[in-house]
Amino acid sequence: MNNETRIVITGIGLTAPNGNNLEEFRQNLLAGKSGVGKIETHYMGEVIAGVCDFDPLKYQKKKELRRGTRAGSIAIYCAHEAIIDSKLDLDSVDKSRIGIYLGITEHGNVETENEIYNIKEYNYNVDFWSHHHNPRTVANSPAGEVTLNMGITGPHYTLGAACAAGNIGIIQGLQMLLLGEVDLALAGGVSETPHTFGVFAAFKNEGALASHPDPKKASRPFDRDRNGIVVSEGGCICVLERLSDALERGAKIYGEIVGYAINSDAFDFILPNPERQVECMNLALKKAGLSVSDIDIINSHATATPEGDKAECKAIREVFGNDSNVYINNTKSYIGHTMGAAGALELVGNLPSFEDHIVHQTINVDNLDPECVFKNLVINEPRKVGKVDHILNNSFGMLGINSVLIVKRFEE
Amino acid sequence: MKAEEIRSTILEFISEILPDEDLSDLKPDVRIRDQIEMDSMDFLDIIMELRKRYGITVPEDDYMQLSTLDGAVAYLEPLMKDI
Repeated sequence: MNNETRIVITGIGLTAPNGNNLEEFRQNLLAGKSGVGKIETHYMGEVIAGVCDFDPLKYQKKKELRRGTRAGSIAIYCAHEAIIDSKLDLDSVDKSRIGIYLGITEHGNVETENEIYNIKEYNYNVDFWSHHHNPRTVANSPAGEVTLNMGITGPHYTLGAACAAGNIGIIQGLQMLLLGEVDLALAGGVSETPHTFGVFAAFKNEGALASHPDPKKASRPFDRDRNGIVVSEGGCICVLERLSDALERGAKIYGEIVGYAINSDAFDFILPNPERQVECMNLALKKAGLSVSDIDIINSHATATPEGDKAECKAIREVFGNDSNVYINNTKSYIGHTMGAAGALELVGNLPSFEDHIVHQTINVDNLDPECVFKNLVINEPRKVGKVDHILNNSFGMLGINSVLIVKRFEE
Repeated sequence: MKAEEIRSTILEFISEILPDEDLSDLKPDVRIRDQIEMDSMDFLDIIMELRKRYGITVPEDDYMQLSTLDGAVAYLEPLMKDI
């Protein structure tokens, strides 16, 4: 494999409910610090959610904030932070050769709900419906806002892939670099979902919305008493480059994407299918030319729904075997489900393990579900390990979309 | 509402719609869009605010009459005299 066909991560920008950059995020993961709290939402009152506290005015004018969307703000913040982290000078690169590929679970619900809420005051007279509704709700909007803000003229679009979208944004970026369509990809995912009541209401009525007297304890994957999802916002954008370009400019390399896969359950609207999850993990391993014993960490997708966690555990057991030494953790226990951002955010939170050789834990496991037992499930305390060479990241979504990414510690 | 009140109301709308702009030197007889970064969507926000706050509907054919501050005041004065 030559360096033109090896794709590496050279910059990371993120906002999570417990951190606004990788260093802060990682510190809070290792410290077991949750970012979940409570917010007010239309019609439902107080709900448990993960909300980010980055300063949107760091990179946007007030007018941009008023015109755009929350997802756009998150994307703009993450894109700037990623470029700064990559040490690229945006003014000295060809902006027509930068592609923006952002995974989203959904987009437009927030604006649509807000408009309906607002016109209620005017007896549903649509003369009062905002002319901003369409540009705010077109599906490419979060990525498009980045182009407007940063003057990037290469391709931009979002990838709607439910909760597998964060991984899929990165996969799309990788593929476009391999195809030679762009020279730099800003790839990842974003979510503004806590600002739409409908997602909370639907999860609640489906019996899949987390509840707990202490919001920080609400997201509890693998715990016997888990009772559903904590809806969260967040964003994570990675700068992806061909290894040849990264080496030429002496970039810091976080890791190399060596394997990926996307497949479909063709099974159910909401229920997971471990059989297809198995196939997806195996496909990614095959693409990477790795065996299960090469994987050191699995960042699980587990969202803390009773059935979903069991299904993923079953799939991991099927692929890795009952006696596998692989370390397994989960990020949603700290930040809830950041939806379109989840795949990317959860992956990057684990990348520092290549250097510090620590596997961050899964918090909130008070009583481990017997169906989620693994030899090296890392719960409640971080684990110092000998080495970390490969991280496998699961991200699955509704309508049965599965995605797996494998990132390797960089070696020339 | 008198002319000066209408003027300050419009300026208040503009400052809410374009919070980054300095309006202190806005010339009343020059097109607003030539002086500050205001695009058609921002202009429609002014139209929407008039509709929401005062129930005033400005037909599209009359938009040009609101292109300057003086023009907007003159256009709105008869419509807002009883507000």
